[in-house]
Amino acid sequence: MSESAPEQTLRVDAYPTHEVGGYRVRAGKPFPFGANVVPGGVSFSVFSDQATSMTLVIYRRGEPEPMAELEFPQEFRTGSVFAMTVFGLDHENIEYGYRADGPYDPVTGHRFDARQVLSDPYARLIAGRDVWGVEPDRSRGYQYRSRVCLQDFDWGDDTPLGIPAEDLVVYETHVRGFTRHPSSGVTAPGTFAGLREKIPYLKELGINCIELLPVFEFDESDNPRTNPETGEQLFDYWGYNTVSFFAPKAGYAATGRYGMQGDEFRTLIKDLHAAGIEVILDVVFNHTAEGNEQGPTISFKGLDNATYYMLTPEGYYFNFSGTGNTVNCNHPVVRNYVLDCLRHWVADYHIDGFRFDLAAILGRSADGTPLPNPPLLELLAYDPVLRHTKLIAEAWDAGGLYEVGNFPAYGRWAEWNGKYRDTVRSFLKGDPGITGELATRVAGSPDLYSSRGTSASVNFLTAHDGFSLADLVSYNDKHNEANGEGNNDGGNDNASWNCGAEGPTDDPEVNALRLRQMKNALGILFTSQGIPMLLSGDEVARTQQGNNNAYCQDNELSWFDWDQVDQNAELLRFTREMIAFRKHHRELRSTAHPTGQLRDSLGLPDISWHGERAWQPDWSPDSRLLAVARCGTGDDDVVYVAMNSHWEAHDLELPALPGGRTWHLFADTGAEAPYDIRTPGAELELENAGKYLIGPRSVVILVGRTPDAEL
Amino acid sequence: MTLNVKERRNKAGTVLVATGEINSETSGSLLQTLLPLVREGRPLRIDLTAVSYVSSAGLRTLLVVYREAQHAGVAVTLYGVSEEVRFVMSATGFLDFFSAGEAEAAAAKAAAKASATPRAAR
Repeated sequence: MSESAPEQTLRVDAYPTHEVGGYRVRAGKPFPFGANVVPGGVSFSVFSDQATSMTLVIYRRGEPEPMAELEFPQEFRTGSVFAMTVFGLDHENIEYGYRADGPYDPVTGHRFDARQVLSDPYARLIAGRDVWGVEPDRSRGYQYRSRVCLQDFDWGDDTPLGIPAEDLVVYETHVRGFTRHPSSGVTAPGTFAGLREKIPYLKELGINCIELLPVFEFDESDNPRTNPETGEQLFDYWGYNTVSFFAPKAGYAATGRYGMQGDEFRTLIKDLHAAGIEVILDVVFNHTAEGNEQGPTISFKGLDNATYYMLTPEGYYFNFSGTGNTVNCNHPVVRNYVLDCLRHWVADYHIDGFRFDLAAILGRSADGTPLPNPPLLELLAYDPVLRHTKLIAEAWDAGGLYEVGNFPAYGRWAEWNGKYRDTVRSFLKGDPGITGELATRVAGSPDLYSSRGTSASVNFLTAHDGFSLADLVSYNDKHNEANGEGNNDGGNDNASWNCGAEGPTDDPEVNALRLRQMKNALGILFTSQGIPMLLSGDEVARTQQGNNNAYCQDNELSWFDWDQVDQNAELLRFTREMIAFRKHHRELRSTAHPTGQLRDSLGLPDISWHGERAWQPDWSPDSRLLAVARCGTGDDDVVYVAMNSHWEAHDLELPALPGGRTWHLFADTGAEAPYDIRTPGAELELENAGKYLIGPRSVVILVGRTPDAEL
Repeated sequence: MTLNVKERRNKAGTVLVATGEINSETSGSLLQTLLPLVREGRPLRIDLTAVSYVSSAGLRTLLVVYREAQHAGVAVTLYGVSEEVRFVMSATGFLDFFSAGEAEAAAAKAAAKASATPRAAR
């Protein structure tokens, strides 16, 4: 058999049967939905349950007025699907949309308006916001234009990495923010290509999974506000307002102006995989950019409003998302849409997993009632294509549904563990009476995930939403004035502590304490059972100047300042070594919750709790000190982590070690650099084997091993 | 914009000089020109010095030619790739498919050339 590409096979369906509007056409295939290049033309397929007629609108690329409007013949309709193949189209140089005619009766949920040109919900490319931040021409009637593309990217031998969930170290970042700062030094700042140039940094940091804030096409210019202090335009910087679910954001691609954002994003993913880094996408299926009845009609509203959105009996939009509308996720058509979308990202972009924004909404019925067995969540959990992807829920919504620990998991779903964040933050700032819950959280939250294992818990202290780590230890209160909402936006319950001064200070003691507190946070995070997630920039003390809701700030407030890599090298080194330490010690990544069961090989339990006295943890309301020792099966070492949020030092009595093992110091956040942390395997043997003085507000990490052991 | 191609043959092989844009309108005819040259088995150099823009379809065409040449055991070299075209090829991964030597040659050539002015949004 020849290895060359075969000559094109002649097909009967490569010939037109009808003529519509001067174009040769034939009935298309209902599936797959969207626009697909077929022999001789392009096949268009779109669903609308209540439309009485459907018209395909075709534009020459970039032209304001259509070059053709082709109404689907009735015989091209199968069920509620309109499908037509149009021959002779240059797929690279057209944009398309639909006009759907039907009833306009908001009370019954229908908002058809044939004057509107609608985006294809299955469009794999969108034109109209090709370059980030360019002021759009709003006089054009059709803003977000569907485009046709080939899906023939050459992946070579790229396959999903399949890193076990318990081994993940997640790094949450923003595609643009990661390299947009002038200090980044990349060829194309703020783009997929720019991020690709920073893969060596990520690899050196030691993370093995990158979680990207939304990359589905959104409109960064849909924020009407300005900064009241400077008058500068504010953006929708984070992008939690999806315009088109199958299309990567063109403005995140250096080649977006050429319509090559798909290939650029795939190339980034391919290279991340080659570096051993998985890619998780933050996805937003709880609402769309169409808002409520006052919002724009982009796609779903005009195609089948009553199908896609949760509506009140009066025809208004339920607002469990806090953004105007709520996607009717458990409607059979809509859940298939979500499934098709995720399959597309896994099959066509090799995405390794998804984090679902306000995922509690995905468990609500059409009237908003939480379902005991939500079909969408079950569908995603068992789908053959998604079978090995990571599924992570933000297990709450803006409607008050809070499901952390109770999210319908089907053995597959992990959760952002908000209780871990809140508990560790409270402990770090010195709140009393937290040690009991702290123990539960660092042990993988068995109270929440007893049947699901530790990897159901994504542990984090900071995320895009809220304070950065540096701000968590620098501000008591949020400072969101620049967002233009009178400091009323953003959360008020931050469990932060400024270490003695609000914001930047020259006080060396305050700055030293802040640095120590950041190390304490990282020390606890990376020795906790569960999946650790690090917010991009926390490793170099990135600040947002106290803004805990920087969703609209496309400027240095949000961007990763690469000069801080050198300026905060001490914290970066600490972070790298902590990540390396976690990789070194399997007992920190155990999928099973510890039970206190004795490890025969060491004569110690898998987990034990200690205080100032070995084996005597202090659970009293005033206690601010807790130490945990872990032993893993098959591991020849013990890891001891002492966490002191008290403002005084404490003498620790260390538990005795069996078999000639001795305690070695890996990290002490109370020590000056470079003695604050060591390289795993090069820990310093303690001179006074049974004792260690832990300083005020410090974390100490010890390894119990034989002095000559080579790890 | 159209694409003009001129063929030059010498002892070392065949040189195809392209002028204009390689896009979905012009890439079909370019492919029809290139494939027979590949099948001749002589080393082929594609001179892109006068090519201002290569679209997504154009990049795919070049890759198809390159794949055909690999199967046939024929050396195909891209020459005179402008900085802008080279950047697009790099960002979209297409440059990775050409052998390292050719990529370096393209890079060196691009570095030696005056910087191309990026085109306005199309």
